[in-house]
Amino acid sequence: MDLSHIFNLKKIAITAFCAVFLVAAHAQEHENTDSASVEPVETETGHADKEAPISETILHHIADSHEWHFWGEGEHKVAIPLPVILVTKNGIVTFLSNKHDQDEHGKEVFEEKGQQLVNFHGGYYYPTAAANHEGEYVVLDQYKVPTNEKPLDLSITKNVASMLISVVVILFVFISIANAYKKRVGKAPKGMQSLFEPIIIFVRDDIAKPQLGHRYKGFMPYLLTVFFFVWINNLMGIIPFFPGGANLTGNISVTAMLALCTFILTNVNGKKNYWGHVFTPHVPWWLYPLMIPVEIIGLFTKPIALMIRLFANITAGHILILSLLSLIFILKSVAAAGVAVPFVLFISVIELVVGFIQAFIFTILSALFIGMAVEEHAEH
Amino acid sequence: MLLALNPLVKPDPGLFIWATVAFLLLFILLRAFAWKPIVAALDERERNIEDALSKAEMAKQEMAKLTSENEQLLKQARAERDAILKEAKELKDQIVSDAKKSAQTEGNKLIEKAKLEINAQKAAAMAEVKSQVVSLSLEIAEKVLRKQFEDQGKQQALVNDLLKEVKLN
Repeated sequence: MDLSHIFNLKKIAITAFCAVFLVAAHAQEHENTDSASVEPVETETGHADKEAPISETILHHIADSHEWHFWGEGEHKVAIPLPVILVTKNGIVTFLSNKHDQDEHGKEVFEEKGQQLVNFHGGYYYPTAAANHEGEYVVLDQYKVPTNEKPLDLSITKNVASMLISVVVILFVFISIANAYKKRVGKAPKGMQSLFEPIIIFVRDDIAKPQLGHRYKGFMPYLLTVFFFVWINNLMGIIPFFPGGANLTGNISVTAMLALCTFILTNVNGKKNYWGHVFTPHVPWWLYPLMIPVEIIGLFTKPIALMIRLFANITAGHILILSLLSLIFILKSVAAAGVAVPFVLFISVIELVVGFIQAFIFTILSALFIGMAVEEHAEH
Repeated sequence: MLLALNPLVKPDPGLFIWATVAFLLLFILLRAFAWKPIVAALDERERNIEDALSKAEMAKQEMAKLTSENEQLLKQARAERDAILKEAKELKDQIVSDAKKSAQTEGNKLIEKAKLEINAQKAAAMAEVKSQVVSLSLEIAEKVLRKQFEDQGKQQALVNDLLKEVKLN
């Protein structure tokens, strides 16, 4: 199993990342030294809080949202409102997000279908009986996070909408490719078919076959789906405006879902050899009390590493781009754009590569874990 | 509470549920309508290409075999032709020599016959000539005798001579 080329690529990417992080860190220093004189930074939500730090803006951009924001603040905001679906104690409540987004500080309690709710920074909570000293109907803990109960939020958020768009795009692309294969039996590929065929063959020959051997066929649909789902969403995340811009694959819920799929697939397909490795490891019996828990933890660390790797890589890229753009506001100078924009462009190009590499790594590691589980005979 | 520190690592149950639904739907639909036909088509095409290549290789080998076979055949045919020609020549030689031999013997026979005939004719001719000569000689002798014995005295003289010659013992 030769993975050295992957790690080489990864090394290059990491080096590039480190280089840019240094620049970003430098910028951070600037921010710290200038913080006293920093002009009020405009934030998307038009916070009254004029001293809102840049990091909050960035985190807000990366986080999920109930609307698809284009430009403008407050009254002049241009955004696509997305449907909010809440499973409350009184049943399912639905409304468009722009109906209740004038107040995001939990100061106005509204009622939908007889259910009292309050909007606090884009999250919907059950309000407390009385407002606190700031007029908010929520109870905040030391981290300013409401401790109120909240309904299950099944809204079509920006991430969900983006994901649904990506699902439609992927379905359209690959079903039309499949039809092309049916129509042009035995002929050379053409158009979209010839664009994606090398990638499909890459997934088959460089990911599935080396890891899974002759059992690769059954796992091809999963590996291909994961690869293209992650890749297409990584790419859509790089697009800064509609229909992209959602940080879907940089959201831990989504990567957790993908990692969980790999985890289930791994353990459901685990053969005798795999479980034997966990419960009767090749060590003296008196080490079993130590080794068996370690092996069991090992079962879980693999998908958790998968989850965190994808999430962290993609989120880091988004943070980098936003940090570089924030330089313009931190330095209060349009001239900073002369530095920041080329850097953003550079990072964006790296993100294109990272988007592919992360999709590849997620898929190859999934294949590797499944391959270890389905292996019949131990090689050591 | 550690998770609450950073909203980034706080899992969102709603998004998790939607992601699960969307991903499973995507997986099921793609598996049925995209991956199966695509992977099958790719396998099929690769198999076809491999088949075509091996067939071409086989055809090449067949061709080479045929060529060498042809050469073999040609060689054989040439050898056979040579053999036939040789045989024909031998046959011809034999026929010619046979003909010569039989002609010789026939000729010899004829010559022999002719010689015998000639000898016979010669003998016949000689016999005739002899008989002619005898009769002529007798005629001549008769005539001579007649002439000689026309005179009596001469007859007597001869008788006397003859008698003298005959000495009675």
